[in-house]
Amino acid sequence: MNMTLTQVALQPGGDLDGFRAAARRLIGRDTPPGQVIWTSEGDLFGAAPEGEGAPLMLPKLTGEIIPLVVCHNDPQRYGLLYTLIWRLTHGERHLMQIASDPLVHRLYIMAKSVRRDLHKMHAFVRFRQLDLPGGGERFMAWFEPEHFIVEATAQFFVDRFRGMDWAILTPKGSLHWDTRTLTIGPPGERAAAPQMDDFEQHWLDYYEATFNPARVNPTVMKREMAVKYWKNLPEAEIIPRLIHEAAPRVQAMIEREAEMSTKRNPDKAVAAMADQTPKSLDALNRLILESVPPAPFSPRAVLGEGLIGARIAFVGEQPGDQEDIEGRPFIGPAGQLLDRALEEAGIVRAETYVTNAVKNFKFKPSGKRRIHQTPTTGEIKHYRWWLERELEFVHPHLVVALGATATQALAGKAMPVMKNRGATSAFGAWPGFITIHPSSLLRQPDEAAKTAGYKAFVDDLKRAGALAA
Amino acid sequence: MNIMDILVAKKLRILADAAKYDASCSSSGSKGRKAGEGAIGSTTGSGICHSYTPDGRCISLLKILLTNYCLFDCAYCINRRSSNVQRARFTVEEVVSLTLGFYKRNYIEGLFLSSGIIKTPDHTMEELVRVARSLRRDHGFAGYIHLKTIPEASPWLIEQAGLWADRLSINVELPTVLGLKALAPEKDGGTIAAAMGQMNERMIEAKEEKRRFAPAGQSTQMIVGADAATDEMVLNTSASLYGNFRLRRVYYSAFSPIPEASSVLPVKAPPLRRENRLYQADWLLRYYGFSAPEIASSGEGGMLDLDIDPKLAWALKNRDRFPVDVNTGERELLLRVPGLGARAVDKIIVARRHTALGLDDIRRLSPGLKRARPFLITRDHSPARLTDRLDLRERLAPPPTQLGLFE
Repeated sequence: MNMTLTQVALQPGGDLDGFRAAARRLIGRDTPPGQVIWTSEGDLFGAAPEGEGAPLMLPKLTGEIIPLVVCHNDPQRYGLLYTLIWRLTHGERHLMQIASDPLVHRLYIMAKSVRRDLHKMHAFVRFRQLDLPGGGERFMAWFEPEHFIVEATAQFFVDRFRGMDWAILTPKGSLHWDTRTLTIGPPGERAAAPQMDDFEQHWLDYYEATFNPARVNPTVMKREMAVKYWKNLPEAEIIPRLIHEAAPRVQAMIEREAEMSTKRNPDKAVAAMADQTPKSLDALNRLILESVPPAPFSPRAVLGEGLIGARIAFVGEQPGDQEDIEGRPFIGPAGQLLDRALEEAGIVRAETYVTNAVKNFKFKPSGKRRIHQTPTTGEIKHYRWWLERELEFVHPHLVVALGATATQALAGKAMPVMKNRGATSAFGAWPGFITIHPSSLLRQPDEAAKTAGYKAFVDDLKRAGALAA
Repeated sequence: MNIMDILVAKKLRILADAAKYDASCSSSGSKGRKAGEGAIGSTTGSGICHSYTPDGRCISLLKILLTNYCLFDCAYCINRRSSNVQRARFTVEEVVSLTLGFYKRNYIEGLFLSSGIIKTPDHTMEELVRVARSLRRDHGFAGYIHLKTIPEASPWLIEQAGLWADRLSINVELPTVLGLKALAPEKDGGTIAAAMGQMNERMIEAKEEKRRFAPAGQSTQMIVGADAATDEMVLNTSASLYGNFRLRRVYYSAFSPIPEASSVLPVKAPPLRRENRLYQADWLLRYYGFSAPEIASSGEGGMLDLDIDPKLAWALKNRDRFPVDVNTGERELLLRVPGLGARAVDKIIVARRHTALGLDDIRRLSPGLKRARPFLITRDHSPARLTDRLDLRERLAPPPTQLGLFE
């Protein structure tokens, strides 16, 4: 057996690529861990890399742990990792699953320590704003991580502060982000980071105010926010004072007698508080207009229109393309069909009230067109409270649901339209009537069926008109 | 600082102080989200604690009230209308700009906004929604937002709040309806349950329909020690909240002396140890397969044992269930072993497929071996008579410590 030692010189810090290449090479040559010396001061002698070995097939857990352990500041990290790989590839395929194995246990602890350091860097970096002569905002922080994690945290800060111009300086490297590009730079100096930021006083004020002196517990605080981090945390400066003052503050609270209220008599305000529902349809409509619809809806709410006190109220599904543009209900093709049918049924639209269960147009853009989308159960419920209040103001004799969405909104549950067509008692306080939505006739390709459907629709309207009288 | 900054600073001190009795600070539970072009904000699944105050609690969110003026008169609350506390009120814009200022300096994960009730519950809730909407729409803010929901507000406002917030919460405040009636005359248990039900229903639908509605779910808080409710009542309430409304978290808050205390409630040190035991019991409820009555049975008279943790207390009262063999025992039984956490149990189950575990192995897998030992059989250890020892409790209970000033 060849007993010569192999020296592997990796780059300073966490040299994942260098380690991966070396491990492949060494395993390829079947070099046992005891014959490898790992250094990480850079390749001083400039020896040329000796070519890539074949990729190693390692269990998934190893892939998670190696990049973390490589960032650890323990000089033995590469040797330990190589021993792990050696054992995995020499008859101990399941080694990673034996978390109680001393080596695996140690590597897990190292990975945990790096993970914790990453987490603490995400948490404890404190940016300070720079005074820029030309205006604009620039932020800079000084931080001292325990391990070689600067590069590994970069994505977190980019994802979070994408629109911000910032830099983080550390003794182990630096990150610079100008809202477009990330630059990973050499170690920085504390003095190069700003020493103050006027805004910081708000943070100290908040830190002090949110602390509850009756629960003082510095042990837990130090466990989670180790003292080694304090020198770079502006809030740490006031910790000793807060702890010192806590006991007397609480003693004073306990000794103090409850005092009589000096407030004016609140009865009127308290009574007024209970009376908050909108007092008119106009007031309700203002709320609807000011509210923002859920995601894929047009922002414009189309309100109901017609006569308050109408005998009959029609509830459709939602405004369509045309209605959304003009801001009025039932004026597009389906609305025109409704008008025609109403006329044939002997109902004057101006004497009715017409509205929709859902107040905004839900659509999917397709080129220049906006394609109607049926609202979901959750979306129908989003609007339901408004519809109920609206009908209370209109107070019709009969509420006619046009189609499935309106029926679901009024009944509070889905009901098949064709099966339940006609008068219904499912609409709570309101005598109800269920019929089709006129747009379903427009979609009917068969002319004969369309004619028959239209006739049935007019018949429904006649019956509804009679019920409402 | 200019005069505007000084005014905002004063409001911040008052309104952060007024908000601190809400124990919830978590920024967890949301889906991973990243800042868009030109914007700031991201969420990670588990949330980040950015600082810790000397009370050992974390600061994850900017936790403030929009105002501490309040028409309600809840005896346990520093902001009740009859309290003489100093009052302040933020504008929507002030909260938005403070949130962004804090966020850009990496002090926080986002905003936790609550409010006293002014004018009407609807008016107050509308203001809360306006803050969240402005952060999201006007500033593209993608950080975490937790809004306190006002159960007395109209249902449409809950619908609006869910569009912008990551988490919504309503505090049940007291474990029993009677307690609530006695101490919070304007609140009503039925109204609170209805609003929680509405939020839960909407969250389930949104998930099914792949829409955004408070993706981090809902949580609540119960004040412990302000009324006569037992731990058993508290845990029963929690179990039903987890079951009925799929709450992500129930927070327990030891009733803490407040300045401007009410004469209804005697001012005394907060029952911190009791709060701690309730949190431990809560974990058993959620992750260890214990039921509320089982946990309550570990103590006496519906109160948990204050000297030892509820899992150990339960094990000592159910010694016939032990010892459990780490190499063959079922997961459900291993989870009941004092000193073994859920993660350690899962590691044991994976490792034992490949090797017979001994005491040294368990020591590496769990920091709680000392407590677990009398309840475990391993390759090289069998406690035999140990579980029968009468002094087992004394051997395992932590040594009596000098009580802290406020314990």
